[in-house]
Amino acid sequence: MRLRPFLVVSSVVLSAALGAQEPAPGVRIGLTYAPGTRPGVYILPMRGAGADSVRGIVARDLDHGDRVAVIAPEGGVVPSGPLNYALYQRLGAAAVLQMTMPGDGSLQVALHELVSSTVRNSQRFVLPQPAFGPGWRLAVHRVADEVERWVTGQQGVAATRVLFVRGGTLWQVDADGENAMPVPGVGAALGPAWHPNGSTIAWTELGDAGSRILMRDLTSGRTAVMSGRAAANLSPAFAPDGAQLAYAAGNDGTDIVVRPLAGDDGAYAITAGRGSTNAQPTFSPDGRRVAFTTSRLGRNEIYISDSDGANPELLTTSGFGDQLYRSDPSWSPDGRTVAFSTQIEGRFQVATIALRDRSVKQHTSEGINEDPSWAPDARHLVFTSNRGGSRQLWVLDTESGRMRQLTRGSVARMAAWGPRLPGAR
Amino acid sequence: MRRHLPRLALVAFSLLTVACVPKKDPSTSPEALAAAAKAKADSVAAAQVEAARVAEAARAEAAAKAEAAAKAAIAKATADSVARAEVIARAITATRSTFAEMIFFDYDRAELTTESRETLEAKLPILRANAGMRIRIAGHTDERGSDEYNLALGQRRAAAAKRYLVSQGIDESRIDVVSFGEERPMVEGADESAWSQNRRDEFEIVVGGDALRVP
Repeated sequence: MRLRPFLVVSSVVLSAALGAQEPAPGVRIGLTYAPGTRPGVYILPMRGAGADSVRGIVARDLDHGDRVAVIAPEGGVVPSGPLNYALYQRLGAAAVLQMTMPGDGSLQVALHELVSSTVRNSQRFVLPQPAFGPGWRLAVHRVADEVERWVTGQQGVAATRVLFVRGGTLWQVDADGENAMPVPGVGAALGPAWHPNGSTIAWTELGDAGSRILMRDLTSGRTAVMSGRAAANLSPAFAPDGAQLAYAAGNDGTDIVVRPLAGDDGAYAITAGRGSTNAQPTFSPDGRRVAFTTSRLGRNEIYISDSDGANPELLTTSGFGDQLYRSDPSWSPDGRTVAFSTQIEGRFQVATIALRDRSVKQHTSEGINEDPSWAPDARHLVFTSNRGGSRQLWVLDTESGRMRQLTRGSVARMAAWGPRLPGAR
Repeated sequence: MRRHLPRLALVAFSLLTVACVPKKDPSTSPEALAAAAKAKADSVAAAQVEAARVAEAARAEAAAKAEAAAKAAIAKATADSVARAEVIARAITATRSTFAEMIFFDYDRAELTTESRETLEAKLPILRANAGMRIRIAGHTDERGSDEYNLALGQRRAAAAKRYLVSQGIDESRIDVVSFGEERPMVEGADESAWSQNRRDEFEIVVGGDALRVP
């Protein structure tokens, strides 16, 4: 169900509906969410063990989603009886989020649409025990993601995790910056990637004798070597259907190879770099195209080709004689843009290029910013930046330009934003 | 005085008696002959003892000299050996140093410079003199740019050095290449002086380093 911020019915109807819980039958009423707008959502105070934590997590998740304006003042009285919709409208809200904890470990969530004076969505969510544990927090994030979908039609990305490299090995962190921890049993690692199922990962293992691609089922812990005998194997990426793993491999230069994950077919190369670097593949959402970094022109550029390597073409370019380099492509989940790192005035910045008209938008300018990775909502990017003094992960809302720091502590880099985790809608 | 008169008379008589005994020829008396013979024998024995002592002393002196000479010879030989070993050790150290000498690259490039080729040229006699030697070339980059791309760039840099050595006749099976990208900087820093030292190939002897032959 989508809320529509723009009033399309008469104020008479609206007045009649104020204070009511159901819309007048036969009358079309509502709001249309439009990109660039941020409808206000008032989050009511709530009672129960952990209630403040639930309210705080949901409020923060909705705020991080950058699609709604959260109104959640400290304290306040938990309302009893019908809500005074007019009051919340005067506070700038378009909707009111009411969460109650019946005491059975569940969370009852209702979204009141003020313009129609109705409860537009209501759902009971189970919160796994123990309270405040990672599973419990993930369940609360799912609540926030669902509420964002109710309000805007777009599901949030709070119930996701980000893989990254810290101290030479793999770490993961929740999308809100909590629960940062190493992935157990991983040695020297670079360039992590998520399988679309959210429970399998791949990464580059860097050893004294070379690098290879490893893949692990996070549920079972089973790990497999996916690369062949080439000395250099790097930058793994799963196809959107999860049936193939692409990576770069070679002894003198690297080419992109694709390895089916099922069946007896072996890996095959989709580039013929002849000593140049071809790496960092990223698939289009339909799996038919692939973008990658290549040095075949003598400098780094991003190419785009069919997923079998046919029809390669230069994606990023500027004027004749341009010797700047571009790398780290990440194809947006909506298929419309490719994010990448580009060198501007000697420093790397995060930019996106629209596939429709090849227009480029620079998103960063402060410090060094690189290695973007799209969130599943095709709106947020996680990237590495030294703007805070040391290299850390930051999250960028590509629509508003709003940024927040995701990691703190030791250097963090090479982020891969995962899909919505299993169980999330 | 009167009391001593008898004693004096006795002494005088005794002396008179002795003086009146007739004398014999000393050379002909048996006692004299015996004594002479004994003296002669004693003299010979003494001479023999002395001669033996002298001979022994001479032998001891000679032995001491010989020992000293031997010690000196040993010391000299030892010194020579140490000096020779030091020379060899210095030569091996120099050979290792020559072999380990790094080559450096321009930013975002994997092509060998003229200086890099000269550095690689100096390694060729070492590789030829040590046919059983296996080596590993590790490519590195500076911190700028894509971390993953730099891993690939380091590989190209290592491969460029290998390609040159192979072109000069070194069996490619003796050369492994590996890239560490920007992960193992030699110099920490965020300026060109640090970056230029980090854009490098390192050379390591994997097999045959213990018995390195100096070309």
